[in-house]
Amino acid sequence: MIKLRNVHKTYAGAQPLHVLKGIDLDIAEGELVSIMGASGSGKSTLLNILGILDDYDEGEYHLAGTLIKNLSETRAAEYRNRMIGFIFQSFNLISFKTAVENVELPLFYQGVSRRKRHQMAMDELEKMGLTDWAAHYPNEMSGGQRQRVAIARALVTRPQIILADEPTGALDSKTGIEVMELLKRLNREEHITMIIVTHDPNVAAQTNRIIRIKDGVIE
Amino acid sequence: MELLSEIWQTTQRNKLRTSLTGFAVAWGIFMLIVLLGAGNGLINAQQANSDDYVDNSMMVFGGMTSKAYDGLKEGRDVQLDNNDLKTTQTRFTQNIEKAGGILYEGGATITYGENYVSSSLRGVYPIDAEINKTKLVAGRFINEIDIRDRRKVLIIPENQARELIPHNPRALLGQTVKVGQMAFTVIGIEQEDKSRMSTDVHMPFTTVQAIYNRGDKMRRIVFTFHGLETEQENEDFEKRYRATINRQHRAAPDDEDAIWIWNRFTQAMQMAQGMNIIRTALWIIGLFTLLSGIVGVSNIMLITVRERTREFGIRKAIGASPASILRIIITESIVVTGFFGYIGMLLGIGANLYMDATLGSKPIETGLFTATVFVDPTVSLGTCFGVTLVLIIAGTIAGLMPALKAAKIRPIEALRAE
Repeated sequence: MIKLRNVHKTYAGAQPLHVLKGIDLDIAEGELVSIMGASGSGKSTLLNILGILDDYDEGEYHLAGTLIKNLSETRAAEYRNRMIGFIFQSFNLISFKTAVENVELPLFYQGVSRRKRHQMAMDELEKMGLTDWAAHYPNEMSGGQRQRVAIARALVTRPQIILADEPTGALDSKTGIEVMELLKRLNREEHITMIIVTHDPNVAAQTNRIIRIKDGVIE
Repeated sequence: MELLSEIWQTTQRNKLRTSLTGFAVAWGIFMLIVLLGAGNGLINAQQANSDDYVDNSMMVFGGMTSKAYDGLKEGRDVQLDNNDLKTTQTRFTQNIEKAGGILYEGGATITYGENYVSSSLRGVYPIDAEINKTKLVAGRFINEIDIRDRRKVLIIPENQARELIPHNPRALLGQTVKVGQMAFTVIGIEQEDKSRMSTDVHMPFTTVQAIYNRGDKMRRIVFTFHGLETEQENEDFEKRYRATINRQHRAAPDDEDAIWIWNRFTQAMQMAQGMNIIRTALWIIGLFTLLSGIVGVSNIMLITVRERTREFGIRKAIGASPASILRIIITESIVVTGFFGYIGMLLGIGANLYMDATLGSKPIETGLFTATVFVDPTVSLGTCFGVTLVLIIAGTIAGLMPALKAAKIRPIEALRAE
C-alpha cells in the first residue's frame, strides 16, 4: 500500500535543515502501524509527506501504486481527497458547520450531490453512534464525540489509508482508550490501513507494528 | 447554491463587520447614482432650454473691422444691409434654405382704448417664427405678403395683450391698436414664454424698416441651412460666407471682427461635448467615492482570510483545491459588494425620484422669468446596468487579493497554528 524508497527532505533556510535522511518504509494493506519518535526526529515531516501535505526532495513515494511526486496543488488536493483520511489531535472540525456538514465536506469537494452526501454522512455518523448529534455544532460536543465526528469525516470517502496524528492526545485517558478501540475495530472489521503517529507508548503498544524514527532515519 | 449558503453562514458570524463594510459600498453607489441623476437633471434642463431653437440656424451681426484693407483703416463699423440679405438668399442656395433680416426699435408704446403698454418692436421675416419656434395662442405669424406689402400688422405676446384687455387678452386678435401714433392690426397673439421676459412685438421687417427710416440697414441676418454636418464643414462655410459679406463692405475677407456669426449648430455640438465631459467627470467622482468602499471590502476580506486560515487549511487537507478556495472568497466579496451596492442603488434612485418630485417640478421664480434647474433628474436603465457591472468588477477586485492569499495557505502551517 505504501512504499517509500530513500526519501530525503531538507528545509531550506539560512541553515538548511536535513530532516529526513533516506527513509525506506513499506506498509501493507490492512496494517495498523504506529510511528514513534521524539520531537524533532522528523516524524511530523514524514507524516506530512505520507499525507501529501508536503513534498520531498529525493527518493520515491508510491501510494496504492501511484507515484506521489511533484504534484500540483490541485492534484495533491484531489489525491488527499480520494486516498487519505486525516485524524488530527485537535480534531480540526469547522466550528460553524454542524457535525453532519463537517462529515459531508470531503464529499462536497468530490462533487457528490447534496442528497447523496447527506445520506453517506449520516450512515457514517450512525456507525460512530452519533446519529442524535448530527445537527449539533462541534462546540456543543465532548472531545470524544468530536474525535468520532472527525473519524467519520476521514472515513466517509473510503480512503486507502487513514493518517492519525496523536488521535488521543487531546482526550482524557478513558476517552482515549475508547477512540483507540474504535480505530482498532475499523482496522479489523473494514481492513482500513491505518498509520498512527504518537509518542504515547500505550497507544503504540496496541498497534501491529511500531516504526521508530530518530534523527531522520528509521531505527 | 452551495456557495451561497456557505457565504450566508460566514457573513452571519460577523454581522456588524459585514454591515459596516457594506455601508461604505452602499454609500459609494448611492453617491454615484445621485451624482449621475443630478447631472442628468442639469443636462436635461439645459437641453430643454436649447430645444427652444432650431439647431441648424445661424445669426449674423455687424461688427467692427480689425484689419486695414482696400485703402481703408481698421476700426470701421460694419452695418448689415439689404444687399447682404440678398446675397445671403441668392449666393449660398446650396446650403442656405431661408434667410431673413431683423430690426429692433425699442421703447414703443402700444395703446388700446384707455390702456397702454410699453414694448419693443422687432421687425422680422416669416423664417423668424421657425428659428425661434414661436408659438401662437391665436392668429398667425407674419407671412410673405405682409413683407411684400409692408402691412401694418403685429403679433403681441399674451402677457402684453393682458395689459390692454385684462380679462380676455385673446380678444385683442383682429383689433386695431396704436403703436406710437400709427394704427396696426393685431394678427397674432404669442404664447408667453416664462423662461424669458417677452416684451417683443413682432412686425413685418419691411414695415419697421420703412416706418422708422432705417434705409436699407438691418441689425441681424438669420437663416436656416442644411448639408453642413461636421464642424469642419461648418467652419469652411462660415469662412466663405464671411469672405463674401466682408467684401461687400470693403473689409478684409479674413477679418473675423467685421461681422459676427453665431452658429447654433456648432454651438449645440460644443454643448453636447461639454455635457459629455460633465457626465464623465461625474462618473469619475462617483467611482472614486466607490473606491473607498471597495478598499474597505478588500481590507475586511483580508482580515477574514487571516481569521479563517485554519479553516482553509482544514478544507485543503480534506481535498479543497486552491481554485475552490479562491472561488469562495471572490464570490463572498461579490455578494457583499453586490448586495449592499444594490441597496445603495435603490436608495440613490429613491433620492433621485425625491429630487424629481421637489426641485424637478418646481420652477424657480426670479421675477423676470422662471427656470427649472432640474428636469427629470434620474438615471437610465442603461446606467443601472453599468453600475451593476461596476459592482461585479469592484467585488472581484476587492476579493482578488485576499482570495489569492487564502488560496496560497499551506495546510501544514494552518494546522500547526494551535
